[in-house]
Amino acid sequence: MTMPLFSTGDDPGANFAELLRRVGLDDGVSSALGHKAHAGTTGDALHDLGVPHATTCVALNYGDGVVMAGDRRATSGNLISHRRMEKVVEADRYSGVAIAGAAGPAMEMIRLFQLQLEHYEKVEGSPLSLEGKANLLSTMVRGNLPAAMMGMIVVPIFAGYDLRRHCGRLWDYDATGGRYEERKYVATGSGSLQASTVVKVGFNEDLSGDEAIDLAARALWEAADADSATGGPDALRGIYPVVATIDADGWNRLEDDDLVERYERIVSEVRSR
Amino acid sequence: MTMPFYVAPEQMMKDRADFARKGIARGRALVAVRYVDGIVIVAENSSQTLRKVSEIYDRIAFAGVGKYNEFDQLRVAGVRAADLKGYQYSRDDVDARSLANSYAQMLGTIFTHEMKPMEVEILVAEVGLEPAGDQMFHILYDGTVVDERDYAAIGGDAEATRARLDEAWADGLDRGAAIRIGVTALGGPDREIPSAELEVADLARTNGRRCFHRLETADL
Repeated sequence: MTMPLFSTGDDPGANFAELLRRVGLDDGVSSALGHKAHAGTTGDALHDLGVPHATTCVALNYGDGVVMAGDRRATSGNLISHRRMEKVVEADRYSGVAIAGAAGPAMEMIRLFQLQLEHYEKVEGSPLSLEGKANLLSTMVRGNLPAAMMGMIVVPIFAGYDLRRHCGRLWDYDATGGRYEERKYVATGSGSLQASTVVKVGFNEDLSGDEAIDLAARALWEAADADSATGGPDALRGIYPVVATIDADGWNRLEDDDLVERYERIVSEVRSR
Repeated sequence: MTMPFYVAPEQMMKDRADFARKGIARGRALVAVRYVDGIVIVAENSSQTLRKVSEIYDRIAFAGVGKYNEFDQLRVAGVRAADLKGYQYSRDDVDARSLANSYAQMLGTIFTHEMKPMEVEILVAEVGLEPAGDQMFHILYDGTVVDERDYAAIGGDAEATRARLDEAWADGLDRGAAIRIGVTALGGPDREIPSAELEVADLARTNGRRCFHRLETADL
């Protein structure tokens, strides 16, 4: 291990991305794609690489916290490339991030984002504010813009519990890093239309945490039902969506057993329609 | 051009060491004690904001005595080195031994090459997956590394503190007992440190991925 030391004027502070640049480890996906773009590669060529795409995620705010849910499927074109992808991940103890889009850059973005939050917390001695984290993610999405122009688009949702304001908050993004705070709910990915419609119809201000989880699970069910790129619950292989809540006690991912029960209820409900 | 006076290397090293030692002895001590689930680090620190003990990585903690700005610079360098290594390879590849060696290199170079040596002593502790994997490295102002096993004392009157730890330490301590031993060793026979002036952190196998946990004054 070499010790990275900097003079006072040259110090990258708590910024991990800047540190990576200073030590020359910054040859990530986005810059590589950026170079290719200059070399005149077209979006079609990238599409031919068969890069997996991740799809539907949904998040909703129930006042005391937020629920985040995402299906597990990744597709390349009409083929299923992964069945167990986890698109909803813990960013740190009080926040989570969900991604839709090109799986490779998205996973790298999440990894860097998690690292950056932890790095900041350790160097500064206190964590970033929730808004600070949302802002940081915005910069990272914007950094991916050259790749997004080539079809490697990454569109995350960021949600968490605000320890200063004592409430759940959520944000969605566009490919240019545009950051939009949503008050109630948001969905992203190819099945987002179905998912957000289900949430819209079922949402009200007095939703409890438990009801919010049911609603998120239902939204993914309907998205999987109508969108071929979204995976439904897979009882055969025992694969269920990732569903997590973030409240004053922090991030909590639901056990699969819990989800089995919830989906059985949905199945019996659908059957009796 | 004037020629500098000749100073024998022995004399120069001795002067520098004396200078560093004097600076370190002015500050207050800290101890680290191994217990069943990990390592507790107890420091005498009247500030609630300027920390002597902190987190470096998942299983690694850092503690420093001496000049605050100097050991804090070392702490940040350690966090950076660890995070970079974890990013480049894997989280599993970040270990206290290689970090301690880097610190030793750095302190050794500064001791011989710079105008003034760093007036610090630091401790790098790592908690293993099993108790046998627990490690503590005590690094001196001149880059000397000492490998400690069950307990360590740095800064202040370290000799006396170490003797008290040696007497009190036994295998199979729980966390509470380890903290009590640490506090008693720091205070000595005729002085009790008020809990508001203690900084206690715990590096425990049972804490999940990030083993480091700071104990609040109320918990004490």
